Amino acid sequence: MKKTYKIDVDCANCAAKMEDAAKNTAGVADASVNFMTLKMKVEFEDNADVDAVMADVLKNCKKVESDCEIFL
Amino acid sequence: MNSKQKKNLIRILVTTLLLVLLHFLPVHGVLRFVLYMIPYLIIGYDILIKAGKGLVNRQPFDECLLMSIATIGAIALAIYRSGDYVEAIAVMLFYQVGEWFQSYAVGKSRKNIADLMDIAPDYANLQTEDGSLEEVDPDDVAIGSIIVVKPGEKIPIDGVVVEGQSALNTSALTGESLPLDVFEGSEVISGSINLSGLLKIQTTKEFGESTVSRVLELIEDASSRKSKSENFITKFARVYTPIVVYSAIALMLLPPLVLLLLGRDPHWGDWIYRSLTFLIISCPCALVISIPLSFFAGLGAASRHGVLVKGSNYMETLSQTRTIVFDKTGTLTRGTFRVTAVHPEEISEEELLHIASHVERFSNHPIGVSLRSAYPNEQDDCRVEDVKEILGQGISARVNGKTVHVGNSKLMETVGAKWRPCHHVGTTIHIAIEGTYAGHVVISDTLKPHSKQAIAELKRHGVRKTIMLTGDTKPVAESVGRELGIDEVRSELLPQNKVEEVEKLLAERTNPKDCLAFVGDGINDAPVLSRSDIGIAMGAMGSDAAIEAADVVLMDDDPWKLIVAIQISKKCLRIVKENIYFAIGIKLLVLLLGAFGIANMWAAIFSDVGVCVLAVLNAIRCMHMNFHLPQKEENT
Repeated sequence: MKKTYKIDVDCANCAAKMEDAAKNTAGVADASVNFMTLKMKVEFEDNADVDAVMADVLKNCKKVESDCEIFL
Repeated sequence: MNSKQKKNLIRILVTTLLLVLLHFLPVHGVLRFVLYMIPYLIIGYDILIKAGKGLVNRQPFDECLLMSIATIGAIALAIYRSGDYVEAIAVMLFYQVGEWFQSYAVGKSRKNIADLMDIAPDYANLQTEDGSLEEVDPDDVAIGSIIVVKPGEKIPIDGVVVEGQSALNTSALTGESLPLDVFEGSEVISGSINLSGLLKIQTTKEFGESTVSRVLELIEDASSRKSKSENFITKFARVYTPIVVYSAIALMLLPPLVLLLLGRDPHWGDWIYRSLTFLIISCPCALVISIPLSFFAGLGAASRHGVLVKGSNYMETLSQTRTIVFDKTGTLTRGTFRVTAVHPEEISEEELLHIASHVERFSNHPIGVSLRSAYPNEQDDCRVEDVKEILGQGISARVNGKTVHVGNSKLMETVGAKWRPCHHVGTTIHIAIEGTYAGHVVISDTLKPHSKQAIAELKRHGVRKTIMLTGDTKPVAESVGRELGIDEVRSELLPQNKVEEVEKLLAERTNPKDCLAFVGDGINDAPVLSRSDIGIAMGAMGSDAAIEAADVVLMDDDPWKLIVAIQISKKCLRIVKENIYFAIGIKLLVLLLGAFGIANMWAAIFSDVGVCVLAVLNAIRCMHMNFHLPQKEENT
């Protein structure tokens, strides 16, 4: 399943870091962050609990870039 | 400017003011240090906090952490050596100025590009059962509902006009500036703007499936399909920062140790200063921001001209196109028949057309339609009776009492008329009056107005070879090919043969970087579209299958759009290259100068934020491109 989230982040490099962090979160099959449209597309693994996974994604993103936000 | 930008601007101004004031204050020692720490903390507190978080989260290459180490190092050096705290504060200040400008510029261009694509309708006027109007979210309109679009409003959902007539501006979707006339029964596409009259439209699709939603989705997805340059830059950034940071450490330790071993003064202070300069240059932001921004601007510019490019990677391929394979019918030619020659025996050309069109008065055959459109005043008071269709041969009728036969050569032989073949390519229609040969009319598919210019122009944009594939007969294909100036024509092909031909061409090429594009009208050529390096569908407005199969979609059916697409892709790629070389070049140069102590921290901070700002400004150039259509050629 795929979902798109609005995000807020200041720099392009930080967006790239968020993408990596999201990709490496358990339950995420693939993720891509588009800095220009400020959107994050997340493809979840089958039977993943979307809300729980996204909470983890946000936590991991905050770790690499404390100034970012994902609007869940 | 958002609130964050405002706040940062105030911090920047206050710090600048304080620095100027402190410059004139004759203080020394600890007091001087304390006073200078005030502007430093004002401008840098958030960076220092983020650096702390970076430490906690073990992000050694965090930009803020590097910036903090560099400035704190510079302050420590200042205490130890000169008491010049300005440099450290200035680095922080310029870093913030750069960040501020970058955020402002990116926000601005983001908004500009979003405006270009501002084709999404906000609401729909739904007609309720009692006839009144209700403003609703387009998402809530069911298929088959009646919606009302007033002049000046956008059509929110694809549908069919059930009442009213008007002119539509479709330029947001097709780039075509001429208004499109619509009336009862016309299909209309969402995203076009109603110019004059009130329209009642019965929706045929849901909002999510409507043209405007699909187009927007495509554009948004497009910048997610990353090009080779983007992947290169991301990979480069990943190794660049660590390498520079490690070189900074090496620069701080190795030369002084070597000097020490040689028994000379190690100059610790100088080498530490140089390594701090390295840390400032290590931020990869200028590189990382400018490349996707250039592509994004290019994709936005293309969509404004009615060219949908489905990904940055296709932008790259498009700019490297060396061979273009065209489908004929519907791509280079109109796909509709028109009278192209009239050869009467004794009567005038007009008279011949007059009689022929009368006979075809009731015919729906494409030949009949084209004959009638060549003689628009057909509905005069001439008597047309006894219309008979002669299967496989033509039609006969009595026009003003005379028996007229219109059809192929077989029909002429049946009625005993002495017909003559025609040297023109196309379908020849013979006409006999009372069994005597009266002449013939030639009907053929006609070229689109810009086909010829587009083919000629392609050669000026790096395309080496143009090839036309068609299912048509050889003489027709070759005549069209000659007229257009196409290099090679391959005729009498079935759809599956077209795939084989393209595969042959792909196998023949010597340089894998020379890309092959296929241009078709999206009907029956989905396999070829996906088999070629880049599939371009033309006139695909509303055709889902073509949009799905193609990599580039030309929204209207003008072949000239191909030139526009290639021009945009080339300019976009050139800007991307400029930015890559410029940003990496300046950084390497400053690194080199910094290592020899020629470039100071001021130069370092320029190579970071200055380059970033310039790269962003350069990227925005992608958006402002204007194209002119060629002079309209006489329609033949």
